[in-house]
Amino acid sequence: MNGKIPLIFVIGTLAGCAGTQSALDVHGEPAVHLRQLMLILIFVGVTVWVIVVAALAYAVLHHRSSPIDRAARSDRRARFIVTSLVVATAVIIAGLTVASFYTTRLIDGIGEPEMTVVVRGEQWWWRVTYLQDGQSAFQTANEIHIPVGTRVRLQLESADVVHSFWVPSLAGKQDLVPGRTNTLTIHADRPGVYRGQCAEFCGLQHSHMALLVMADDEASYRRWYASQLAESLVPDQPELARGKAAFLRKPCAACHRVRGTTADGTTGPDLTHVGSRGTIGAGLFDRTRGTLAAWIADPQTLKPGNNMPAVPLTSDELRSVSAYLESLK
Amino acid sequence: MTAHDRANDLRDTDLDLADVDRHLTAIWRTPRSFWGALSTVDHKIIGRRYIVTAFVFLFLGGILSLLMRLQLSRAEARFIGPDRYNQIFTMHGTNMMFLFAVPVMEAIAVYLVPLMVGTRNIAFPRLNAFSYWMFLAGGIVLWAAFIIDAGPDVGWFAYVPLSGPQYGVGKRADIWAQMITFTEVSALAVSVELVVTILKQRAPGMSLDRVPLFVWSMLVTSFMVILAMPAVMIASTSLILDRLVGTQFFNPAEGGDVLLWQHLFWFFGHPEVYIIFLPAVGMVSTIVTTFTRRPVFGYLSMVMALVSTGVLAFGLWVHHMFVAGLPRLGESFFTASSMAIAVPAGLQIFCWLATIWLGRPVCKTPLLFVFGFIITFVIGGMTGVMVASVPFDTQVHDTYFVVAHFHYVLVGGAVFPLLGAIYYWFPKFTGRTMSENLGHWVFALVFTGFHLTFFPMHVLGLAGMPRRVYTYQPELAWSGLNLMISLSALVLASGFLLFAIDVVRSARTGPVAGPNPWGAPTLEWATASPPAPYNFARIPVVRSGEPLWDDEELCVATGLCVDRRELLVSTVASSTPQARESSPRDSIWPLLAAVAASMVLVWSIFTPWAVVWGSIPIAIALIGWFWPKGVPEDES
Repeated sequence: MNGKIPLIFVIGTLAGCAGTQSALDVHGEPAVHLRQLMLILIFVGVTVWVIVVAALAYAVLHHRSSPIDRAARSDRRARFIVTSLVVATAVIIAGLTVASFYTTRLIDGIGEPEMTVVVRGEQWWWRVTYLQDGQSAFQTANEIHIPVGTRVRLQLESADVVHSFWVPSLAGKQDLVPGRTNTLTIHADRPGVYRGQCAEFCGLQHSHMALLVMADDEASYRRWYASQLAESLVPDQPELARGKAAFLRKPCAACHRVRGTTADGTTGPDLTHVGSRGTIGAGLFDRTRGTLAAWIADPQTLKPGNNMPAVPLTSDELRSVSAYLESLK
Repeated sequence: MTAHDRANDLRDTDLDLADVDRHLTAIWRTPRSFWGALSTVDHKIIGRRYIVTAFVFLFLGGILSLLMRLQLSRAEARFIGPDRYNQIFTMHGTNMMFLFAVPVMEAIAVYLVPLMVGTRNIAFPRLNAFSYWMFLAGGIVLWAAFIIDAGPDVGWFAYVPLSGPQYGVGKRADIWAQMITFTEVSALAVSVELVVTILKQRAPGMSLDRVPLFVWSMLVTSFMVILAMPAVMIASTSLILDRLVGTQFFNPAEGGDVLLWQHLFWFFGHPEVYIIFLPAVGMVSTIVTTFTRRPVFGYLSMVMALVSTGVLAFGLWVHHMFVAGLPRLGESFFTASSMAIAVPAGLQIFCWLATIWLGRPVCKTPLLFVFGFIITFVIGGMTGVMVASVPFDTQVHDTYFVVAHFHYVLVGGAVFPLLGAIYYWFPKFTGRTMSENLGHWVFALVFTGFHLTFFPMHVLGLAGMPRRVYTYQPELAWSGLNLMISLSALVLASGFLLFAIDVVRSARTGPVAGPNPWGAPTLEWATASPPAPYNFARIPVVRSGEPLWDDEELCVATGLCVDRRELLVSTVASSTPQARESSPRDSIWPLLAAVAASMVLVWSIFTPWAVVWGSIPIAIALIGWFWPKGVPEDES
């Protein structure tokens, strides 16, 4: 029971770290082309609507003074107008179709991707694998770091049900379909944090399946990459050491991997560098020691239905485990 | 001919109108008893039940949407948990599509089409009774499951593998799949009846170029149902088999395919939208004709637009799968075809505008709903063109933009005309007129409530809010619009509530309407309001597209028997009378057959043996249904 009050406090005050998530606030080449097309289509749509509504208003409000014998002439005129409008509709539709094809070509033509990252959708988080010579270099979760200005090919797979990868400020979405591999190229033209979330209904916690794309400048990206490649830090304080021991003793290690320790479970996210991530629980909260503790204490209240069970820990264990995880930079 | 035969061959030719009425009433009426109510095959009684039941489902679905709006009114609200919320949005979609929108359109057609083509009952009237009972049973099964917390929770589209044996635990997905079977059986049955009624039972002289546009739209719709619904029945049956007996249609690990489900579902799912929309188009044409006092401009092009929409509708399904990872060339084809369907839609809009311009519009409530329809539907059509574009769709697919789009199309494009149609045909259904005053209020509330509720959803979608989320996080800047939408939904709901009040009040105490209160031109207004059990004392003869606006009195055909249920069968194109055909009497067997079939469908959720043992009661019911009873209708 004593865990409840801080928990509610956490829900009320802390929230995942914000990032741009809008198809109109765009910072990557594909998304820029898409916004261009969207603005054209919206402009045409609004124009057509205004014309139709004006025509309706005129048709209803004008007072027909012409007697019946003029009706034949009106009919002929109406036939002409309707025919012209249908032709105009066909022309507009053809124009928009061409604009759509052209945008597809622009997006396909942004150039060959320079690196590949494997993104695997799982209920309800994202497993991100960086490759080196076609082999897994390291894994992380719910966070993709990319160098600014680099075209990154995402290899999209699903471990269970259909998910959809969508970071609107960088590119359109692409489904992750079990039994298939799809690809999507993303690109960021300036450093920043771009938020995305699963866009295909995937079950209980579809709402809490977010991810962040961090576009770093070249130097920061290299630093980040090197730090991720390294094994986990060895605790240098007694509390952290106690936390590590508890982590390995308790069922945590059965699902989570911490490279450099005996924890090598693969069901849940790799926690080797969990302390370096911006959020936990797939974008649910900012990663702090407090949120880590809250999450470990009662994951089913924070994200009902997710696949992490509550592991019974004493309050001392809880404190030290969350301190240990927080230290895994 | 024996004396007995002659006695059994009393024709209406030599009788005066009162005698005809006496004889026909005796033979066609439904007894006022419980048994009579259960065994009636009168298309008007069944149609009325169908309409009322569908509207009950509309209101239930509306309550679900208010619950969703409550939960979404602020970020990370905890009114409704994810499990219940997923059931609620699945129920809302499933209920609105399968238990309201399609059935209500067919229901109105069941009531009106026989009257509009000038016949005495729908073709296969017992099948009609059966279809209603199946529809009712399907609805009850779905809602009962929801009440006991076993409602489907996989979306109205039930994508595998989420709905498959591995991830869709419990019986929820099975309930969904079987509910599909119930409603599809009933929709297919009604469609077959309508096609036959329209092609073979039209009044003498109603050649194809004189068929009312609502009837044309129902003809096209019925053919679409017959072509589209089998796809979803194959899909849902395969899903049940995957779940029940371990077939692997959709399991990629065993050689099945996940996208196969999506293809099958949308091959039905996209025509479905037009199955809902085309009847509404027919209603709009009907209302426009009556309230502008002139025939619809461009009758032939309207019919061609209906037919071409019906054909094109089958070439669009892939635009629901633009982000699933299909080959580019295929996607381009479906972009072009999805955009092309805007041409017949535009043509119809222009023809209505021309009709209004050329005529003298009388702004009664039904016409107001038509104006609301045009204003709203054009927005839905334009956003439809947008989502037809592959690149555009990659940004808005599965977001609130699409939620806004299809509510504009389905509510603006179908429910507005439907409400107008209820105001328009209410006098025919009940013999009383609805309140014009309240009607204006209903229109104002529904129209403004609708736009305030759904327009902001376009913005939310572009701002990155996905669909089918039970909540969202406070830092996402969606809270303000969501709260506004939730409050606006109350305005919309109050409009529907006022509509319900108006219906109930008017049905009891509304001003009594004559046979033709609007001065309308089509045949359903040539008989009493509400019509006698036999519809027309003498079958009318049609000489134009607007028979009641002709200068001379409506001619009638005679020669039908008055001592047994008989109607006139005519040729498909010119509607020249061909034969007298008997029409079946009331029977309890359609109800029993529906009970037996429902039992099997529900039972088969739990064991495949249900199909084996359950076929016995179905066989008994069908034998009873078709067993000759020695009535005159059997012998003719």
